Amino acid sequence: MRVRRGILELGAPVALVIGAALLGVLVSRSTEIYFINALVAVSMVVAIYVFVGNSGVVSFGHISFVAVGVWAAGVLSVPEQEKPAFMPYLFDFLRDTTVGNVWSLLAAGVAAGVFALLVGLPLMRLSGLAAGIATFAVLEITNNILRYYEKVGPGLNTFSSVPETTDLRQAAIGAVVVIVAAFVYQRSRFGRQLRATREDPAAARAVGVSIYRQRLGAFALSGFLAGLAGGLYVHFLPINVDAVYLDLTFITLAMLVIGGSTSLWGAVVGALAVSALDSVLASAENGIDLLGRTVEVPAGTRIVVVSALMALVLILRPSGLTGGRELSFDPLWRMLRPS
Amino acid sequence: MSLLLASGLTDFLRDAVDLQVQVDAIGLGAIFALMAVGIGLVFGVLRLVNFAYGQLIMAGAFALAFASDRGWPVALGIALCFAVVIVLSLAMERAVFRPLRTQSPAVMLIATFAVAFLLQSIALLWFGPLGKTAASLAELNRPVTIGDVNIRKIAIVAIVTAALCLGLLVLLLNRTSLGLHMRAAAMDFQTARLVGVRANLVSAAAVLIAGVLAAVVAVLLTVQFPTVTPTFALRETIVVLAGVVVGGMTRLLSATLGGFTIGYVFGLLGGALPTAQSQYLSTFVFGLVILVLLVRPGGLFTRGRPAVERV
Repeated sequence: MRVRRGILELGAPVALVIGAALLGVLVSRSTEIYFINALVAVSMVVAIYVFVGNSGVVSFGHISFVAVGVWAAGVLSVPEQEKPAFMPYLFDFLRDTTVGNVWSLLAAGVAAGVFALLVGLPLMRLSGLAAGIATFAVLEITNNILRYYEKVGPGLNTFSSVPETTDLRQAAIGAVVVIVAAFVYQRSRFGRQLRATREDPAAARAVGVSIYRQRLGAFALSGFLAGLAGGLYVHFLPINVDAVYLDLTFITLAMLVIGGSTSLWGAVVGALAVSALDSVLASAENGIDLLGRTVEVPAGTRIVVVSALMALVLILRPSGLTGGRELSFDPLWRMLRPS
Repeated sequence: MSLLLASGLTDFLRDAVDLQVQVDAIGLGAIFALMAVGIGLVFGVLRLVNFAYGQLIMAGAFALAFASDRGWPVALGIALCFAVVIVLSLAMERAVFRPLRTQSPAVMLIATFAVAFLLQSIALLWFGPLGKTAASLAELNRPVTIGDVNIRKIAIVAIVTAALCLGLLVLLLNRTSLGLHMRAAAMDFQTARLVGVRANLVSAAAVLIAGVLAAVVAVLLTVQFPTVTPTFALRETIVVLAGVVVGGMTRLLSATLGGFTIGYVFGLLGGALPTAQSQYLSTFVFGLVILVLLVRPGGLFTRGRPAVERV
């Protein structure tokens, strides 16, 4: 029973991701980009879920870890002769170092993980609203520094000429890696302890769980995964500092909450559902064929509809589409075998 | 190096005590204090952090820009601004806040996040990213000379208006039965309901007053920043939210003081720091925010044992 549940807990999200990737293979090149985008979104949302979902503490700061990942992978993988063109003030060792695809992703994860650990050391002492605002402050500070400190990156310039290695295969592998990490963590001793502190802090403390340590561990792991997702992101599109700021913070948090923030299944479902809706509307802005008729909506409708739907889901179903539970066929079994 | 630092410091101190910088900083602090009251009042009654507060101000600013575009008289423009903001706030209360009243703070915060982005994207669709200009009150931006210093009229207007609004609010809260009900609800919503406070009335009243204050802030802010874009007042709201939490959300007074302080610090550092450093203004201010939260997570201006415990 326990094993079967475990297989489903890991298998269902992975199957969903692989299904999305396979669907992406079938469609045209111009539509493929939406699928890659959705898979990168899955990595980010699951990375955020590792901390927010398991601890129950809302963090507005995770996009700063994505940003650090973007910077690390981007700066390290631009070919050396291209660097002076848009990053003229880099530190010498950054200017002279260029690494391959996998190494740059790893560097993105490690840089963001270390950053999250350092930030978490003081911040994880906080809880509630103070923690929320403090993580927001981290986002503001990170964004402010990356925007103006041109020794570590392009500042306001766009990351052009980063090798675009994030194709469907890499995005899918990345998403699966992040999901497996999240699964292993939440089934581990540490994950269970952290979930216990989410459900009842006092009881968890009484049995000897250190809330601070468990939160810190999850924060660092989740920062590492967010950095990895950031690495995938910069290898997918030429982006700049505004791409990893408030809008992305909002959309990823909304994906998590819409899916159901307390389950891995919810994080994956939320990311894919919102991405799908977003993509359909984006292509509707260019006109799509629907049942033989061309439907076209004015440009900018997309974001209005998406945010309206998000507000609606939050009002009608605050615990998310999945109810914050892992996928389970138990209710189905009970229905088939009433006894 | 140390000489350079010392001369930089004296420059900074000289600029910081400059009367003009001081008045501007207090003016900004006054506007932020009004926003802090709007956020703190709703939080007190509904236990809801209204992230969409800035978008209410943005909507009001667009109303002003619309009026000045059409060449309407100033009074009519301000009336339109108040009408738009108040209708929007009440609609928000009815459609979003009220159904979510029993949900966890995190869900409510993210719901207001969604509303904020909804309003912002509607503005983007409607007015475009470049926005419009609200010019009818531009005259207030000119300086007046008192003694031998130039002070922008708007700074004085902002300080006087804020003092007036806060005074009226204190009267409302302390001298009327509605104010009594609101204070009771802020203290303990459930018990207040048990003794006959009407929940929907107080929550609507809190949102309404916050809306009126948002309209006032919209008028004051458009004078200083006449270009109204969909992200108008977004940054200010984030800063004020931080200020409110730093001050202490549990009491209206401490929240207001927090808002004023962060506005004052922003104004002072922005006015006195040289450009090379002022681009890192957010880093300084939010670094301070984190520091204060670590030392006093319950708020800078709260008394006694902090309500929020550290883990």
